[in-house]
Amino acid sequence: MKKKLPEKYGFLFVIFLFWLVLTLLSRAGMLTSHFSSLLVPMTYYAIAAVALNLCVGILGELSIGHAGFMCIGAFSSAIFSLLTRQILPGGVRFFLAFVVGILFAALFGFLIGIPVLRLKGDYLAIVTLAFGEIIKNILQAVYLGVDADGVHIALNMTDFRLSPDGITLIKGAQGVSGTPRDSSFTVAVIVLLLSLIIVQNLIDSRDGRAIMSIRDNRIAAEATGIHVTHYKMLAFTISAAIAGAAGVLFSHNVTTMTNISNYFGYNASIMLLVYVVLGGIGNIRGSVVAAMILYLLPEMMRGLNRYRMLIYAIVLILMMLFNWAPALVALRKKLWQRIRDRRPAVGKEA
Amino acid sequence: MSFLNYLINGLSLGSVYAIIALGYTMVYGIAKMLNFAHGDIIMIGSYIVYTCMSMAGLHPAVSVLCAVAGCLLLGVVTERVAYRPLRGASSSLAVLITAIGVSYLLQNIALLTFGAEPKAFTTLIGWKGISLFDGALMIRGTTIVTIGASLLILVGLELFINYTKNGQAMLAVAQDKGAATLMGIDVNKTIALTFAIGSSLAAVAGVLLCSAYPTITPYIGAMPGIKAFVAAVFGGIGSIPGAMIGGLVLGIVEILSRTYISSQLADAIVFGILIVVLLVKPTGLLGKRVMEKV
Repeated sequence: MKKKLPEKYGFLFVIFLFWLVLTLLSRAGMLTSHFSSLLVPMTYYAIAAVALNLCVGILGELSIGHAGFMCIGAFSSAIFSLLTRQILPGGVRFFLAFVVGILFAALFGFLIGIPVLRLKGDYLAIVTLAFGEIIKNILQAVYLGVDADGVHIALNMTDFRLSPDGITLIKGAQGVSGTPRDSSFTVAVIVLLLSLIIVQNLIDSRDGRAIMSIRDNRIAAEATGIHVTHYKMLAFTISAAIAGAAGVLFSHNVTTMTNISNYFGYNASIMLLVYVVLGGIGNIRGSVVAAMILYLLPEMMRGLNRYRMLIYAIVLILMMLFNWAPALVALRKKLWQRIRDRRPAVGKEA
Repeated sequence: MSFLNYLINGLSLGSVYAIIALGYTMVYGIAKMLNFAHGDIIMIGSYIVYTCMSMAGLHPAVSVLCAVAGCLLLGVVTERVAYRPLRGASSSLAVLITAIGVSYLLQNIALLTFGAEPKAFTTLIGWKGISLFDGALMIRGTTIVTIGASLLILVGLELFINYTKNGQAMLAVAQDKGAATLMGIDVNKTIALTFAIGSSLAAVAGVLLCSAYPTITPYIGAMPGIKAFVAAVFGGIGSIPGAMIGGLVLGIVEILSRTYISSQLADAIVFGILIVVLLVKPTGLLGKRVMEKV
């Protein structure tokens, strides 16, 4: 079934308008600096949520390690930018940083996918978690630098013998610093739009239908001749690549990545999962909206200070109960039915 | 000789992981949910003991009992309020996210009540321990008590599950909820009982953990929780001896790699071993392979 163009691209237009309004407000100086600083993070979390939803909602495999792919994208692109800082002009460098970050994340997605996608259900979840933790752990422990003698790599400061004129790339737990601040809200929104177009077109394609058929019934899909491993790898790699793009925006926004377990640990992966589930599993647009709202919510509640995470937790539990508890879902359906009975039938969105 | 010392330390840490993993594996086996809040129940248990001892000045044994009772209640209440309404939800992710919400909630309640600064935990076990080979090998009292407690719990649980009606009911619910209901088993009650047992074990684990590493913060539960979860999967989730073996192996690997390879990479090594085990044996060491019927 072909979707009508407005239906397919309507949401992209909404995001464009959203960007336009915020950019104009920002130009007019009507946004506080705190709020302006939230725009880029909000967008890259939305991108990461889209990536995770491709994995969880469309492919149907629970991943609790997606922050690991963000981490790969962030570090590889940051290292690239540090190395080429003197050589390349800003725009070209940032574009190539995206290419590097996305390729590396896709490569890791592919490599991790080979063993991981053989497992099922919660086992797959725990292995993705383990991979995320391993990536974070290694990057936290490693020292990496380049000088005239070549590449230096070590596990502690004493073994790390870099000549003074060399470039330190990763400094153990202190991470990467000095990445150029290339990310802007405009670039972030462009990446978000591109990833939405890619994911939406994937879903509407032959490949996408094959992927979703695996989600719905693997055995039936296999019986109709769908190469399960091939399509699983395809979706997982694309998902990792998009998460990597979010990572590129991340590293070129914060410029100094020190406390990476906060940003890329399993807590971060779980936060992404919360965005996906509250936005609606398999609902790509929902992920974008949920990620933006849920990222801004605790930030906007800074006034409540000590209580904001408590409130966030309670809101999260209540929303889950309200959205998913069978008893409440039935109640809600009944109410909807009553409202709908009064009005003539309205076309339901697919 | 120092190797033996490290090995014993590993066994001790592994026993704590094993006790936590037992709670994880029981809840998973019966309710089919990953209880991400399990680690935070450990934390709450430690805070209860801390409050009872340092503030109310109660006897250590009474404090531990208070912690067990408190965590038991907490486990049952969260199950009733947050997890039970979601049973039968269209996606199993719903209850997972709710558990994450409960985890945030417990952490923040602890943060608001006790503050973020670490609290010093005075060990409950006054016994200095035994020294062998003219002091070359020192085994701390905490270590002996921890290992002893975990063995006791393992044997107790095995006996409970295999020789009591409630235990048999748990096995039945784990195998097939629908069929268990038809046999007259109260599924809700059985699951509540599982949560009660799992949470009281978490309290015990919290006490032992804090006796070995005597500081408490609102976040101490998170990492042991994840490690114990890994241990449960490693041993074959749903299997009680599996959780025990998984916990012990994990503890030993962690301590040995921390000592001999790299302290920063210890966690990576632990997770790496998990991945290798799951690739060779996708259901864990002692997990049963479930046939897939079309």
